[in-house]
Amino acid sequence: MPLFLVLFIVLFGCSAVHAQPDAFPSTYTAPPSKPVLFRNATILTGDGQRHDKTDLYIEAGRISWIGKGETAPETLVVDASDRWVTPGLIDVHSHLGVYPSPGVAAHSDGNEATAPVTAEVWAEHSVWPQDPGFPRALAGGVTAMQILPGSANLFGGRGVTLKNVPSTSYQGMKFPDAPYGLKMACGENPKRVYGGRNQSPSTRMGNVAAYRSAWIRAQRYQADWDRYNKAVEDAAEAAADDSSGASVASALLTNTPPRRNLELDTLAGALRGDILVHMHCYRADEMLTILDMAKEFGYRVGTFHHGVEAYKIADELADNGVCGALWADWWGFKIEAYDGIQENIALVDRPEGGCAIVHSDSDEGIQRLNQEATKAMLRGNRAGLSIPPERAIRWITLNAAKSLGIDDQTGSLSTRKMADVVLWNQDPFSVYAKPLQVYIDGVLRYERDNPELNPQSDFELGQLMGAAQ
Amino acid sequence: MRHPYFFLCLLISAFLSQFTRAETLLITNGNVLIGDDSPASRLDILVENGRIETVAKDLTSLEADRVIDATGRVITPALFAGITAAGLSEIGMVYEAVDSRLNGLYTGLMHPEFDVRRAYNPHSTVVPVTRVEGYGYSLLMAAFGDRTIAGQGSLVRFDGGFDSFEGKTTIYVNVDGYSGNKIGGSRAAHWMLLESVFKELSVDDEDLTLISASGKATLKAVRRNGLFVFRANRASDILQALRFSREHNLNPIISGGQEAWIVRDELARSGVPVVLNALDNLPGSFDGLGARLDNAALLYEAGVTVLFTSGETHNARKLRQVAGNAVANGLAYGAAVEAITSLPAEVFGGKPRMIAPGLQADLVIWSGDPLDVNSAADQVIIGGVPDSMKSRQTQLLKRYLPEDAGLGRAYINP
Repeated sequence: MPLFLVLFIVLFGCSAVHAQPDAFPSTYTAPPSKPVLFRNATILTGDGQRHDKTDLYIEAGRISWIGKGETAPETLVVDASDRWVTPGLIDVHSHLGVYPSPGVAAHSDGNEATAPVTAEVWAEHSVWPQDPGFPRALAGGVTAMQILPGSANLFGGRGVTLKNVPSTSYQGMKFPDAPYGLKMACGENPKRVYGGRNQSPSTRMGNVAAYRSAWIRAQRYQADWDRYNKAVEDAAEAAADDSSGASVASALLTNTPPRRNLELDTLAGALRGDILVHMHCYRADEMLTILDMAKEFGYRVGTFHHGVEAYKIADELADNGVCGALWADWWGFKIEAYDGIQENIALVDRPEGGCAIVHSDSDEGIQRLNQEATKAMLRGNRAGLSIPPERAIRWITLNAAKSLGIDDQTGSLSTRKMADVVLWNQDPFSVYAKPLQVYIDGVLRYERDNPELNPQSDFELGQLMGAAQ
Repeated sequence: MRHPYFFLCLLISAFLSQFTRAETLLITNGNVLIGDDSPASRLDILVENGRIETVAKDLTSLEADRVIDATGRVITPALFAGITAAGLSEIGMVYEAVDSRLNGLYTGLMHPEFDVRRAYNPHSTVVPVTRVEGYGYSLLMAAFGDRTIAGQGSLVRFDGGFDSFEGKTTIYVNVDGYSGNKIGGSRAAHWMLLESVFKELSVDDEDLTLISASGKATLKAVRRNGLFVFRANRASDILQALRFSREHNLNPIISGGQEAWIVRDELARSGVPVVLNALDNLPGSFDGLGARLDNAALLYEAGVTVLFTSGETHNARKLRQVAGNAVANGLAYGAAVEAITSLPAEVFGGKPRMIAPGLQADLVIWSGDPLDVNSAADQVIIGGVPDSMKSRQTQLLKRYLPEDAGLGRAYINP
């Protein structure tokens, strides 16, 4: 093989294989922390277990052990008698940063409502890290969250999972190695936004046609890249064993990589399963339509968001391994939310394999995910289901982590997971429950009674000067 | 030892009751929060003909048509649901089913004569959905929009009546920055318009420009007997509302009040109540930079009358969670109870809503602490009658709770 061809393959072939480098990478690293021993706590592990009067030890930013074990000499001991310990809470549906406080028009960065398919936009590029909502959510025990684009569009763009740590950039909050989300939306919102402009889609059938057209384009895009990558591989092989003339043809193919397309990058990523699909969908019948569409195009719907009618298809959701990220009691604000009932979350949780999640979609709700979970648990129990706290806590911890594809990292107090931990003043399933301490990767990031550990955004600094205190 | 004639008396009264047909309900051994700021005490309650007849330590010797054992449970007056569009808004975004606001109908900016009570529908699903959660009444709102004066409403009782309105006519006035921007670019425009319109009230000129003749009559009447709810969050706006009300002899109430804590002494001095959402703790706008969780606690400690609203209609049932969070952030428990039971009736001029002899029996038996999210209403009683505890949502649950759907859910008709 001529040298130039080898060189060509080395230069372009390698870059082709890595055609999509890690863009806007996370710069988050946890600062060093001392080991902490929570002594004599009531522990909800997040994966269904409860331990009373038990110790939890975290070290080097990781969960070390529950029960008994070795501790380092420099360990900080927290007396957790009468206190409860849970994993850090996770919200799979937040618009903090993209619809920040104050909610002025120029801060409205959550919906690129200029075309029904905007899979090319990334929510992170709208995130304002100074949103005061972030520290408020931290005070509510939230250690990680997914920031999503809004639901004006059929494909709203990429969501990003953040660690809830104060930072001047979203990169400084970005959860390392968390998969991206793809926000999609069913029903009223897209058809209202575009139908109102006498544009497609103006109906639910228009919605579905537009999703399918987009998936077809994404399939073609993926095929182009597969063909190209295969050619690059073949050419590399041929170059390595310096053989057939066919390798030259393959090598020439590598000269024309498919043109990269941001929109289709995201859609193809969802088809491959690298990007998790988060679908805003209220009605049961629409969710079933979407599940059929996912089969048609061979992708997985990870989580239905809002799903006020999810209780009507709880078995189908469980059978398909789809999570339902739901509200405890919202209903009636539009007709697709008319059939909302307070038992929704408990009923989605009921079947074997059910994956119920309490989500907020609200800068108020994200501060009180425990209260929202309490309401859902209560309704389930009053309907005759038996839901103890150790089960309900999954809805705001491990199930949420699973939905975001970070359950191997966080979401429960399993050994070697990230030490994302909340120390509560009492049983968290109450209006009177408050996080006393919040740890992220073993670092104490919030302490209720310690002004030095109550972070404040730049925006709030120096406001209301001269006001009575 | 009972009087020897005791049983005879009982017999006679039982005999007499055949003729008077007095429906009696006895609720025994509940932890009763009577609706003021006092702690709960173990009491029995006898209800007769829709009214509370007796509240005492032990009434178990009395006979009643129905007895409810409330041992281990809490009893309160039926709660206030906040300022809502219950019965005015069936579905938020189905605009033909929403009657709580004027939308671009008139050129005028002030329509005090717009009375949302004319649009009230007691058969809205929102009413039973809210009632079964322990709520007995609400303040109907003319929704704050882009007008200086949004209209009028009053209390409504959730007893299913078509015109179960109570209390004083309440006018809704916007003086915040958001609506100021809509009406001419400045919140000062609100005050400009309000000053002009109140000047017109004292001028006998039929050629009014800012307000119709019926609007003028409404303002005059409400100034005498009614209330003006000012929507204001910023401390300076609240002070402007207090000053304007003083100058024009209005009875004001502040709604929103995110920065009310900053001017709590002025509010206490003028005796003006504040209706707030105790969950507001974000600077959602430049009017609410001072929003904080202990707003209610600070106001109460300063002597201000505090009421709650959630800003929700369909989820108005959230109000006790709002009150509970106020307690979790420093408000005295009794103050929160009072604020969601009797106090709103008092402030808005409705019938008294305490658990006391002679008062209407609108009650709730709770599974636990009514201010906590881990409790629910076990039984609502309106006018002495136990509610069916059914709503469209309980019917949906009954349809979807069984694991076996048989021929289909459409055949499960609870």
